[in-house]
Amino acid sequence: MSRHFRVWRGDSSGGEIRDYDVDVNDGEVVLDIIHRIQATQAPDLACRWNCKAGKCGSCSMEINGKPRLGCMTRMSTFEESETVTITPLRAFPVIRDLVTDVSFNYTKARETPAFSPPEGLAPGEYRMQQIDVERSQEFRKCIECFLCQNTCHVVRDHEENKEAFSGPRSFIRAAELDMHPLDARSDRKEYAQANQGLGYCNITKCCSEVCPEHIKITDNAIIPLKERVVDRRYDPLVWLGRKIFRRDQLAEAPPAGVAPDAHLDVGEMLSTQSGGPSPFGDDQTFPLTDITYQHPAPGSPSREG
Amino acid sequence: MKERIERHLYDVVVIGAGGAGLRAAIEARLAGKRTAIISKSLFGKAHTVMAEGGAAAAMGNANSRDNWMVHFRDTMRGGKFLNNYRMAELHAKEAPERIWELETYGALFDRTPDGKISQRNFGGHEYPRLAHVGDRTGLELIRTLQQKIVSLQQEDFAETGNYESRIRVFSETTITELLLDGDRVAAAFGYYRESGELILLEAPAIVLATGGVGRSYKVTSNSWEYTGDGHALALRAGATLINMEFLQFHPTGMVWPPSVKGILVTESVRGDGGVLRNSDQKRFMFDYVPDVFRKQYADTEEEADRWYTDPDNNRRPPELLPRDEVARAINSEVKAGRGTKSGGVFLDVSTRMPAETITRRLPSMYHQFKELADVDITKEPMEVGPTCHYVMGGVEVDPDTAAAAGVVRGLFAAGEVSGGMHGSNRLGGNSLSDLLVFGKRAGEHASAYAESLDKRPKVRTADVEAAAGAALAPLHRESGENPYTLQQDLQAVMGDLVGIIRREGELTDALKRLHELKLRVANVGATGGRRYNPGWHLALDLRNMLVVSECTAKAALEREESRGGHTREDFPTMNPQWRKVNLVCSLDDMGEVHLERKPLPAMRPELLELFEYGELTKYMTDEELS
Amino acid sequence: MTTTVSRPGAKRAAIAARTLRTDRWWLAPLITFAGLSAWVLYATVRVFMHKWYYVPDYHYLTPFYSPCLTDRCIEGSAEFGTPLPSFWLIPEAAFTLPFLLLFRLTCYYYRKAYYRAFWLSPPACAVPDAHAKYTGETRFPLVFQNLHRYAFYAATIISVINTWDAIRSFGTGFGLGNVILSANVVMLWAYTLSCHSCRHIAGGRLKHFSKHPVRYRFWTFVSKLNARHMLLAWVTLGTLALTDFYVMALAAGWWPDLRFIS
Repeated sequence: MSRHFRVWRGDSSGGEIRDYDVDVNDGEVVLDIIHRIQATQAPDLACRWNCKAGKCGSCSMEINGKPRLGCMTRMSTFEESETVTITPLRAFPVIRDLVTDVSFNYTKARETPAFSPPEGLAPGEYRMQQIDVERSQEFRKCIECFLCQNTCHVVRDHEENKEAFSGPRSFIRAAELDMHPLDARSDRKEYAQANQGLGYCNITKCCSEVCPEHIKITDNAIIPLKERVVDRRYDPLVWLGRKIFRRDQLAEAPPAGVAPDAHLDVGEMLSTQSGGPSPFGDDQTFPLTDITYQHPAPGSPSREG
Repeated sequence: MKERIERHLYDVVVIGAGGAGLRAAIEARLAGKRTAIISKSLFGKAHTVMAEGGAAAAMGNANSRDNWMVHFRDTMRGGKFLNNYRMAELHAKEAPERIWELETYGALFDRTPDGKISQRNFGGHEYPRLAHVGDRTGLELIRTLQQKIVSLQQEDFAETGNYESRIRVFSETTITELLLDGDRVAAAFGYYRESGELILLEAPAIVLATGGVGRSYKVTSNSWEYTGDGHALALRAGATLINMEFLQFHPTGMVWPPSVKGILVTESVRGDGGVLRNSDQKRFMFDYVPDVFRKQYADTEEEADRWYTDPDNNRRPPELLPRDEVARAINSEVKAGRGTKSGGVFLDVSTRMPAETITRRLPSMYHQFKELADVDITKEPMEVGPTCHYVMGGVEVDPDTAAAAGVVRGLFAAGEVSGGMHGSNRLGGNSLSDLLVFGKRAGEHASAYAESLDKRPKVRTADVEAAAGAALAPLHRESGENPYTLQQDLQAVMGDLVGIIRREGELTDALKRLHELKLRVANVGATGGRRYNPGWHLALDLRNMLVVSECTAKAALEREESRGGHTREDFPTMNPQWRKVNLVCSLDDMGEVHLERKPLPAMRPELLELFEYGELTKYMTDEELS
Repeated sequence: MTTTVSRPGAKRAAIAARTLRTDRWWLAPLITFAGLSAWVLYATVRVFMHKWYYVPDYHYLTPFYSPCLTDRCIEGSAEFGTPLPSFWLIPEAAFTLPFLLLFRLTCYYYRKAYYRAFWLSPPACAVPDAHAKYTGETRFPLVFQNLHRYAFYAATIISVINTWDAIRSFGTGFGLGNVILSANVVMLWAYTLSCHSCRHIAGGRLKHFSKHPVRYRFWTFVSKLNARHMLLAWVTLGTLALTDFYVMALAAGWWPDLRFIS
C-alpha cells in the first residue's frame, strides 16, 4: 500500500520539502518509513535513531508539524489518504535533512551545577526513603529527546532568549536535584531563577504536552520550582513564621558556592533552609519525640476502633 | 587534493560512550589523564539505556546471606563454567562498590523500607540481587555516569576556565582504524558523522567499549550502533577475540510488525497459556517433544490445556519446554516453509483467554504492543521468532587490567566488547555490573599504562593516509553496491545460517557466503557527499560486521558441542572436553581470519571449593576432578 | 553567561510554512477565548448592576456580592457591616472581588489559558508566538504573577465567607437554592485546595516526606485534586455564574425557588 510522504531535505544553506511515495505495511511507525526511504530511494537521507523503542530519545522530529519521536508515531494514527510531512526540529540549527544541532541542550546541561554529595557519607552509607526519591525519579525518566526544548516557544520563537533561558529539560534537572533527599546544595531554585531563566516560562505547558515519557514537567517541576522561589522572595507567612519561631536567630548558613560565572542576588539568601521553614520548624521530625504519649495498654481497643 | 585532518592529543581515548566507556573515562580523568570519549551517537544515547532488569551486585540488602561467593557461583553456573574465573571473581567482589559509587554520583535506585538500595529477583540469581529503578535501570546508569562526567567538567572549568580541558566528549564520531607504532597503540582515526571531516586522536592508551554485534542479525533487539566496531578494531590492531560463537538469543522475539521487530516477548506469555502455531494453524510443539521429556509433557492438546488449571494431574504443555527446544522447534517450522511471511510463527493468547485476563496478567506486554505497534494482543496473535540479544564473546583481555591480549600493547577493552566474563551464557543483570567493574578497571589501567611510558608512540604519516583513503573510498565508488542491500544480505546469512540453532552444513555454507559478501563489500559505494550521510556510514560499518561475523561462524563450526549461547543440532549435548577450550580468533596481515584453540585458565582451588562435587561432575572431565 | 550557545552561522531549517500542523489546533484557544470572554462580560455586568443579588426570604446571597459592604446593601444581606459608600463604581463586595480576580488571574491554569487564547504566546504548541519580543514573567508587570501565594491565602478566607453564606441559607428551610449554593461552595473549595500554591504549602516544599507523614498525606491528597485543577477552574466558573444567575432570577421574581422543606 503506497502512501504519500513529504520530507524536508537540505542543510543550513537551504532546503525544500520533497515528495516520496513509499509502501506502508501494517503496524509500522514513521521511523520505519524513513528507513525504507533510505534503503530504496535516498540512501543519504540523514536521520538520527538508536533503540527504536522509545527509550533513547534520538529520533526526535516534527511530524505534521508536531514534535514527536519517529519510533513512537504509528502510521495507523493517520488516515490512509493523508499526506505525512516530516521536518527537522525547528528550534535548533539544522545539520542535514532531519538531523539538527542539539548542542544547545548539552551546553545548558553542562552549566547546571551537578549533584553535590553529602559530606561525611561514604559510598554504601546512603539511606533514602522510597517516598523521598520518587519525585526526583520521575524526572530521571527523561530520555533527553529534547522535544520539550524544541517546543518551548521561549526559544523556538525567540532565538535571542537562548542565552538567558535553559529550557524545560534544565528545569526538571534543577527540580530533581532540589528534591533529591541527599543533595548538599540548597541554592538550586535561586540558580534556576537567576541563571536558567525560570521566569521566562509562562507555563503554557507545551513541554508537558510533547513529553514522550509523560513527565509532568510543568506541574511537578517548573511550578514547584517557581513556588520554591516564591517561598524565599515573596511569601508573607513564611517571613512571619521566621519571626515567630525565631528561625532568624539560627546561624545563617553560608551561601552555597555558585559556579564561577554565576552571580547570586543577596535577597535570595534570606532563608536558612531549602524550601523555607515549615510552620512546625524544618528541624522538627514526626512523630514528635519529646512528647510523651499516653499509649493504650496492649490488647485494649484503640480509640479509633 | 590534500585532506584536512583534525588532530588531537590525549592520554587516554575511550571509544564508546555506553556504561563501560563512561566509567572508564571517569576513572582515567580521576587519575589525572587528559581523556577523550568517542560516542557514535549523541552523548547519553548508548545502547545501555535498553537494559531494563537491573544491575546485579551482592550487596545483601534484600537477603543478608547473599555475598560475592554466591554471586560468583551463580555467574559460573550461568556461563556453564566456561567463564574466565578471575573475571567472574572480580566482578562478584567489586560490583557492590561500583553500585554504591553511583549513588555518590547522584543515582536514585528504588529503596528498601530501611532506606537501602532495593534488590529484585532475577533468573539464575540465588537471592534477590538486582539493584534497579523500575524497568529503566540502564537509563539511570547512563544518565548518572553522563552527569558525573559533566560534574568533572565543571570542576575543570572552575580550575582552568575550560570545560573540556581534561575530558572531552566527541559525540557522533566514528573510529574506523587504530594506528600503531610498532606493537604499541598510537592513535585512533575516524570521522565526524555530522560533517564527514576526518579526525586523528593521538593517545598512548585506548579503551574499547563499543558494545556488541547484534546488527549483523536480521532479528535483533540491538540498535544500529552494534556493528562490532570494537571487535574489528581490536582484531586489525593485532588483538584476539574469544568465545565469539556464544550469542544470547531469545526464542520469542517479535518479528512482525516491523516497528517492534526484535523486541522480547517475555516467557510468561507462554506460561500463562500462550500457544505456538504455524501458518497451518497447527500447534506444532507437540511434534518436538524430545524423548527425555516425554514423561513430563502432554501428548494431546486436551491434556495440555487442562494443565493450566490442574497442574497436579496433567502434564505440562510442550510450549513450556526449555528455551533452546522451543527455539529449535520454531526454527524447524520456519525452515520447513510453515512459518509466517516474515519468518516467524504465531504466538497466540487472544483465542486462549478473555481480554480482561490478558490485560490483568500481562499488563506490560499488552501496553508495549499497544503503544509501540498498535497490536492488540487480546485480539490477534503475535508473530515471533528468535531474536539476537547479546554477544558473550569479545576481545580477549587480562582479567585484572582489562588489557587486550595478542600482540598489541596499550589497548584495553571493557563491557560487551570484551569476552570471557560471561562464559557461554550471561545472567540477566550481570551486564550492567560488568560495565561498571571492568569499565573502572580499564580506565585505571589504561591511565597507569600511559603513565608508565617514557615517550609517546608516534603515528606514521603513511598510516594516516592509508586510513583516510580507506574511509573515503566508498564515496569515490558512486556506482558501487548499495550498502543497505549488502547489510540485508549479511543479516540474512547470519540470521538463517548462524542463528540460534546451528548445523555443520549450514555453517560451512555461511562461511562461503560470507566470503562472497567480503568481495562485494570491498566494492560498496555511497552517494550524497560527506555531511551526515548514513549510507556512507553504513558502508564503513559493513567491513567490521563482516569480519566479526566470520569469527562467529568459524568458531561456531569449530565447537562441536552445545553449551549456553551456542547450540549445535548435530552435537546437542555439553562436552566436558570442550569446556577446557577457548576458541581464539585473530587476523593475519592479509586480513584472513584465523582460529586456534587455547586452554581455559584453571580455577583456583579455593574457588573450586565453593561448588559441590556433584555439580562439578556435570561440567568437568574426570582428570580435572581427580 | 558568556557561552556561545550555537555555532556562529548555524541556521535553522528553512521551512516556509509557519506551522505544519494539520489538526484543528486553533479550536482549543478559540473555545477558551469565547468561554472566558463570555464569563468576564457576564460578571462585569452583574457586579455593576447593584441589584437582584439577595433573596431575603431564604438568605440567598450571590457570591458576586459576598460579603456585601456598601450602604446600598439591602436589609439582611450585609453580615459584616457597611463601611463603604454607595458609589456606582464600587461593587458591593469591593473587599473580596479584587482578591478573587487576582487569585484567578495569577492561577497557574488560567495563566496558561489566557497566555494561549488571548495573548497568543503561543496560541498552540509548535505554532509561532504572535509577538516579536518575549521576556515572560521576568519583569514588570508579569513578575507580579508571583503574588499567587498571597491571593491563595485571601481566597481561602473568602471561601470561608462563602461557606458561611451557604450555611446561613439553611436557616429558613431547604430549597433548590440551597443545593446550588452548597454545590458552588464545595466546588470553590475543591478549586482553591487544588491550587498549585496550596500543594506546595501542604508538603511540596519539603525535602523529606518521610519525616513529615501527616503533611505527606495532605500533599498526596492535594496532588490528586491538583491533577484536576483545570477542570475545577472551569467548573467553578460555571457554578459561580449559575449560582449568581439563580439568585438573580429569584430576586427579580422571574420564578420562585423550588422548596423541598420550608
